[in-house]
Amino acid sequence: MKDFQTHTISVYIRNNPGALMRMCQIFSRRGYNIDSLVVSPAMDGRFSRVSISAKGASDSLKQINLQLEKLVDVVHCIEHTDTEAIVREMVLVKVAADATKRGEILQITKHFGGKTVDFTDNSLVIECSGASSKLDAMIALLGNYEIVEMVRSGQMLMARGGNPT
Amino acid sequence: MNAAEAVIKCLEKHGVEYIFGYSGGAAIPFFDALVTTNTDIELILVRHEQGATHMADGYARATGKPGVVLVTSGPGATNTITGLITAQMDSVPMIVITGQTISPMLGKDAFQEADVFGISLPVVKHSYLVRSHEDITRTVNEAFYVATSGRPGPVVIDVPKDISSTEGVFDLDAAMDLPGYTVPGHGDKDKIKQIAKAFKKARKPLLLVGHGCVLSSAEEEVRELAEKLNVPVVTTLLGKGAISEKHDLSLGMLGMHGTAYANFAVKNCDLVCSIGSRWDDRIVGKLDEFCADAVRIHIDIDPSEYGKMITPDYWCVGDARLILEELILQVEECDSATWVEEVKQWRQDYPLKYDKIQGGLTMQEVLAELDKQSDSEAIVATDVGQHQMWAAQFCKSTKGKNWLSSGGAGTMGFGFPAAIGAQFGRPDDLVVSVSGDGGFQMTLFELSTAAIHKLPVKILVLNNSYLGMVRQWQELFFDERLSGVDMVGNPDFVKLAESYGVKAFRMSSSDDVAKVWEEALAYNDGPCLIEAVCNKTDNVYPMIPAGANYDKMLLEAPSEKLDKPTGST
Repeated sequence: MKDFQTHTISVYIRNNPGALMRMCQIFSRRGYNIDSLVVSPAMDGRFSRVSISAKGASDSLKQINLQLEKLVDVVHCIEHTDTEAIVREMVLVKVAADATKRGEILQITKHFGGKTVDFTDNSLVIECSGASSKLDAMIALLGNYEIVEMVRSGQMLMARGGNPT
Repeated sequence: MNAAEAVIKCLEKHGVEYIFGYSGGAAIPFFDALVTTNTDIELILVRHEQGATHMADGYARATGKPGVVLVTSGPGATNTITGLITAQMDSVPMIVITGQTISPMLGKDAFQEADVFGISLPVVKHSYLVRSHEDITRTVNEAFYVATSGRPGPVVIDVPKDISSTEGVFDLDAAMDLPGYTVPGHGDKDKIKQIAKAFKKARKPLLLVGHGCVLSSAEEEVRELAEKLNVPVVTTLLGKGAISEKHDLSLGMLGMHGTAYANFAVKNCDLVCSIGSRWDDRIVGKLDEFCADAVRIHIDIDPSEYGKMITPDYWCVGDARLILEELILQVEECDSATWVEEVKQWRQDYPLKYDKIQGGLTMQEVLAELDKQSDSEAIVATDVGQHQMWAAQFCKSTKGKNWLSSGGAGTMGFGFPAAIGAQFGRPDDLVVSVSGDGGFQMTLFELSTAAIHKLPVKILVLNNSYLGMVRQWQELFFDERLSGVDMVGNPDFVKLAESYGVKAFRMSSSDDVAKVWEEALAYNDGPCLIEAVCNKTDNVYPMIPAGANYDKMLLEAPSEKLDKPTGST
């Protein structure tokens, strides 16, 4: 398990029923665990954009990419490194907070560029987006209070400059 | 016209001669359309859907044209799964049309409903669940293109009954819409040049030829390349016939049960060029030591095969025949005369051999006699196991598409229905099905299908009352603890055949072999079964234990205990 790294892959795929199943199967058959999977319609509605982060042995990742490319529904599939792609994630965190804690929590939120999207007598919902590591840091600090619920979007990515995603 | 009729019309357009099928509720519109369209396509009604898939597979392997299967929903469709994986593993073009419950009932556990699209996903090249009758002709056109182009494979089309029944106007030439699908053709010329250059430096080069060469009909090119370079050729199990095994440069099959001289060549070569083979685990043995000191070249149409098992020094993606055509132009004769002599000496010193048994019968002599009497011209279809390996060793393939064997999947019960399919596709050629007593019983009910159509297929059952290959492993690696291999309770195969109205012969000693084969090969009024009652304890050699280095090849039964193999099954 020691050399397992997280890999970030973007796939441009035909928006056909079952296309996602075919992709996921390739990962699971080779012992890859998908950490996050974001699927949304592309500009051309006949296609979907898929962003995947997955953990597994680096040497089998090349195989996985080739197997993905081989799928009839897949138009292209690219692995991205952090430097050549913008990778972003969004989180919603519901924190239990009465009037005595609110100030500190809002300060943390402000520091990370987040905002409050729900405000009640005894809770706040904070929305924040950015690199996953930034969200991790914010969540760690909010962990000093009582986090009631949390939902992360999973990573989405776009290649920088002239490179295709 | 309804959608089912449009499908039949589309199949006609694609040149389909036969549909191998089994009816059922959800598929009735298609079976009805076979009548209402007055089609020339002949329905071959089988006895089990697995049989239909293997027949379509055998038809496809023997003719190069895609095989077509038509079955109903639920269990009808799930019975095709074994046939699908058999075709998928061996890259055989096949179209399987499955009836499905009506669209409004999908996902509601309707009678004979199964998620066929989901169940079949890992064993198809591509698949469709048709949602609208408007998509149906495009789907069929795409299915044929996908199944037969690039690296071929099976395609499933699942059609809900309400859709197949829908009346409409259908464009049989509906355009395909496959933006994600590309088919490699000619290889990159620079890469081919590099490969040609590598041959120049080699002193002990070797061609390793696989199924891809048969699929792309590259037999002529393989021979030309081998002759021009003066390089010996080894073939994989499915590559048999890609070069005539009677050719002076052919060393026959390599790998686990390959010929000793082929395996010596693999072990000693300084360049190995794989064409249309995927470095299967039966070939490479110990992966990190396989031809480790040789220059390794890989030519394949499927980019995902590069580096899957072996990372080659040079490679080229494309169609085997097109790449070889170009490569032939680029290469010159190798400095390989000494090597070729060395290899030929091995062939003389370590021939395939077997001992006859006084009063008994070995599978090897039965197969060697078939090879002799058929002049190595028969289409041979096999199951999997000992009989398959001996057939590969002793039935020489002289041309492509004459050797039909379940290689990747290793499917028992494949051979006999595959032979039926092959006989439909090539009615004038001699077709022999070679099975063991175990495998034959998995699909023997297709005796009806063979009998109804009076197919002159020869059905050889090599009966040793054992699952012989598993017994061999248990003897060699599991301290002779035999478990689950004794086929006690076998039927009387001659009487069984006769009960289907099929002519049957039996041979049980060396003295019978020539005479029985003469009679059987002369019998052409329909199928005939030949039961060969064989020695129960023979084992297949040479043998390289799974996962072992080529050094570990056994030429005969070992005198000491062997370690358990590290490789797969």
